[in-house]
Amino acid sequence: MNIVVCVKQVPDTAADRKLRPSDATLDRAAVDGLINELDEYAIEEGLQIAEAQREAGAEAEVTIVSMGPEKAAESIRKALSMGADKAVHLLDDGLAGSDALSTSYALAKIIGQAGFDLVICGSESTDARMGVLAAMLAERLGVPQVSLASKVDVDGRVVRIRRVSDEGYHEVEATLPAVISVVEKTNEPRYPSFKGIMAAKKKPVQTLTLADAGIDPAAVGLAGAGTEVVDFAQRPPRQAGVIVKDDGDGGVKVAEFLAAQKFI
Amino acid sequence: MAEVLVLAEHADGEVKKVTCELLTLARKFGEPAVVWTGPGAEQGQRRCAEFGAARIYVDADPAFDRYVVAPTAELLAELVSDKAPVLVLIAGTGEGKEIAARLAVKTDSGLITDAVDLSADADGNPVAEQSIFGGSTVVHSRVKRGTPIIAMRPHSVAPEPAAGAAELSPVSLAGAADGATITGHVVAERGERPDLTEASIVVSGGRGTGSPEGFGIIEKLADALGAAVGASRAVTDAGWYPHQFQVGQTGKTVSPQLYMAIGISGAIQHRAGMQTSKTIVAINKDPEAPIFELADYGVVGDLFTVVPQLLDEISRRKQL
Ligand SMILES: Cc1cc2nc3c(=O)[nH]c(=O)nc-3n(C[C@H](O)[C@H](O)[C@H](O)COP(=O)(O)OP(=O)(O)OC[C@H]3O[C@@H](n4cnc5c(N)ncnc54)[C@H](O)[C@@H]3O)c2cc1C
Ligand SMILES: Nc1ncnc2c1ncn2[C@@H]1O[C@H](COP(=O)(O)O)[C@@H](O)[C@H]1O
Repeated sequence: MNIVVCVKQVPDTAADRKLRPSDATLDRAAVDGLINELDEYAIEEGLQIAEAQREAGAEAEVTIVSMGPEKAAESIRKALSMGADKAVHLLDDGLAGSDALSTSYALAKIIGQAGFDLVICGSESTDARMGVLAAMLAERLGVPQVSLASKVDVDGRVVRIRRVSDEGYHEVEATLPAVISVVEKTNEPRYPSFKGIMAAKKKPVQTLTLADAGIDPAAVGLAGAGTEVVDFAQRPPRQAGVIVKDDGDGGVKVAEFLAAQKFI
Repeated sequence: MAEVLVLAEHADGEVKKVTCELLTLARKFGEPAVVWTGPGAEQGQRRCAEFGAARIYVDADPAFDRYVVAPTAELLAELVSDKAPVLVLIAGTGEGKEIAARLAVKTDSGLITDAVDLSADADGNPVAEQSIFGGSTVVHSRVKRGTPIIAMRPHSVAPEPAAGAAELSPVSLAGAADGATITGHVVAERGERPDLTEASIVVSGGRGTGSPEGFGIIEKLADALGAAVGASRAVTDAGWYPHQFQVGQTGKTVSPQLYMAIGISGAIQHRAGMQTSKTIVAINKDPEAPIFELADYGVVGDLFTVVPQLLDEISRRKQL
């Protein structure tokens, strides 16, 4: 079974992220990058499915696919050190400023060429926060979408998931090949072991340019994006409130505040 | 006048509030036309009319409820090509965003998700406001290719009534109605409490509650205030409270009149889901907890002494 996991390097959420005044794109150079935390669940799910396949005597391989700048190689290494077998890194200056539409076009091109039974995405990237890529990939690859999974079971050629909804969950199934995305309640991502970190250094990473992958440069990057930023501004911070120390009357004080605001 | 397509969110013929919000916005840009998938349009017709829908395109095929996302996106794509709308508005729920995503690919159109407001630029085209990086930055953006497809964050704008004919206009999907199959639906118990995303008061508990039993005090306070219960990810990850009550980046976004954060540190991912609340009250024993930066009123203290006293005080005041 060929399992492809899509992994994105994102700026640290805890860092002070800013848009660049010049082109209103995220200033990725200014902050530390790290693996999109939500993609660790996608990697873990891929590894577990591959392990189950191998235990059942079938062959299985987990390929990481990532589109991003040079630094994205760090996240690819992390994925390989968790146990993925190989990786494809789409790296080209022409990709800078790509939106979801063009990212999905480029990734679909690569995944289509690599061949797959299962594509696994995280539920969203913590920088763009769109949560649309799995659906776009399914559309472009022409396969079913079994997304927002909090539980995944692969049984032969059938994949069954629990798809989280606002009120609970749906049980959903599809036949492979398919695209799935997982939420952070699906599993417990493993930490890379020392052995895994050493082994990752020797695992193959194929770096592709747009030309290598046969991707139309006009369809990606800022020029290929379907949306544009008009303007942006930092939101003024909230006004400082009143903070009191509990001297035995903290509960009464909260009640007084709530009453003054007419909540009780 | 050009049309604006609004995808209806409905359950058992009842139109969801978010659809009324979308209709309110749609009126700024053209004639609102609702797209209704599955049965129930006759029951929903009145409410669509009350919020200004000129017509309702209905495909009543029950198959829409059996498949994930794909057939709805296909129907919308067919309507986009037939009716040439100036804008498509979809509720920015998990499902809505995915429908929007597939529609964007099918029609090669720009997509904006998680918009909190829409205004018209000088040419009358929609400009979307988004709040990004955990709410620290406000961005305005627009679609520059194809038909603008915008997924609006629910509860961001107030629905305003306006009269419309809401004439039913049957349509049917030409393409395939298939994809991943839905085989069951499990609805989590909510009990008598208000819906988390619609409640005017939300009481949320964090790791500071210490255990599932400790978390019980959050429910007690919520009930005393007629509030919904929320939880931090630390709580849902530990299994002390169900996932669908998680507030934050990977949980629900709430914007109530009053948000109480109890035993919650206020990590940026949590703040992303609650910082537009009108009034924020925090109870935490650590004076350095970042939640206090947001709080209108904060008590530095042990929640297991402050909250019981608050409960007593609330019931005392109720008896006055
Ligand atoms: C990709 C990603 C997505 C995430 N999404 C979310 C999300 O959607 N929602 C979310 O909430 N988090 C999310 N997180 C996690 C977030 O970073 C924090 O880890 C989490 O919010 C912490 O929860 P907490 O505040 O309950 O726990 P902690 O940070 O451990 O804070 C507990 C607080 O309780 C206080 N406390 C302890 N005992 C008491 C007591 N007796 N009385 C009073 N106070 C007490 C402590 O002082 C402390 O401030 C996400 C993280 C990542 C990486
Ligand atoms: N540049 C990228 N390279 C590889 N995978 C990506 C990229 N961008 C997004 N993804 C995948 O798509 C998921 C959802 O991203 P998004 O739709 O941007 O929120 C992520 O969790 C990743 O699995």
